[in-house]
Amino acid sequence: MKYLRNMSILILLVLLGSTSVFAETPKPYIPKGNAEKCVEPTADMRKNHMKYILHHRDETMHEGIRTSKHSLKACINCHVVKDDTGTPVNYKSDKHFCNSCHHYASVQIDCFDCHASTPGQTGETASMIDSVSRVSAAGGKE
Amino acid sequence: MIEDKNKHDPNRRKFIGASAVAGLTLAPGVSLLSIAKAKPLDEAVTSEKRWGLLIDTNKCASGCTACVDACNQENGLNRGDEKEARPEQKAQWIRKVDLRNKETGHEVSLPLMCQHCEHPPCVDVCPTGASFKRADGIVLVDKHICIGCRYCMMACPYKARSFIHEELLHQVEYAPRGKGTVESCTMCVQRVDAKGQARDPACVEACNQEGHKAMFFGDLKDQDSEISIQLKNFSSSAIREDLQLNPGVRYRGI
Repeated sequence: MKYLRNMSILILLVLLGSTSVFAETPKPYIPKGNAEKCVEPTADMRKNHMKYILHHRDETMHEGIRTSKHSLKACINCHVVKDDTGTPVNYKSDKHFCNSCHHYASVQIDCFDCHASTPGQTGETASMIDSVSRVSAAGGKE
Repeated sequence: MIEDKNKHDPNRRKFIGASAVAGLTLAPGVSLLSIAKAKPLDEAVTSEKRWGLLIDTNKCASGCTACVDACNQENGLNRGDEKEARPEQKAQWIRKVDLRNKETGHEVSLPLMCQHCEHPPCVDVCPTGASFKRADGIVLVDKHICIGCRYCMMACPYKARSFIHEELLHQVEYAPRGKGTVESCTMCVQRVDAKGQARDPACVEACNQEGHKAMFFGDLKDQDSEISIQLKNFSSSAIREDLQLNPGVRYRGI
């Protein structure tokens, strides 16, 4: 029994020791937006961004109000993150602005199941993407 | 008494119509501009407008798919995301339909899309309120609320709606579309709401560019708009008029 107790104290000590190694919890790297400042104070946006875009979403969808303040499209345009080749990363990437926090906090969002997650996706650019992928597909086996 | 804004009152509409006519007669020297002026971006749409389309089937060419292609490009449809879907399952907002009179052999070709009904059956049956009609008559799906039950697809007599079965990656920024939701023609709502002047939907623009000029877009409530003048001077009909849905899309020559 005494041996067991000693062992458990030892394990406890080891555990306590190991936690001190991880005392510095890694913080998420949040890329800066491209504008001078955000549409609302940063602290407010961190806490309430979902409320702002939800409100604007309903106004746009049902009433046709298409101002850029609080619109998801404006967020995407300003908070674009580019990869090494200079192309904007989409929501599949960990580097995407929204993911930099949402992945860290394990909060799943479904905005980009429907919305474009990179700026400038218009009918013209989409057709360009398509022709490029078609060319590469033709070059491959498929 | 608090007036219910959403309540449909046909008498009120008649009154507005009458007052507009009175305004015209009272001020004959003043010219009322009838260009399809867009509202400012920060203002909500109102029922003072009702957007509509007129399609002249006499000018619509069989085999021409300019409107369908333009619609696909504008709204990011058919970008190769739907890999498993059969052709008839793939999203399509406009279909070209060829009709032939068996008796006479007379053939007509026409584009068929969401008819933007005044009394849309898709809105009636939607269990969540996702399918709705905007104040200016455009029938839309709020995909944030849509649960993908497809009841609206069953209810639509025009077979105008599509369901997205697969994950999409190539959406355009102004036309969000995604797996598990129903969608249909939005009358290019992003163009209608555009800053400055309401632009023609992509299909109308393409038809004009092709030189057929078979489609007109405009405000049905504005007596001086091109579409209203066309409808007033020449006969037109709605598809399945017997259903009394009063579609915003009207046809000539069928």
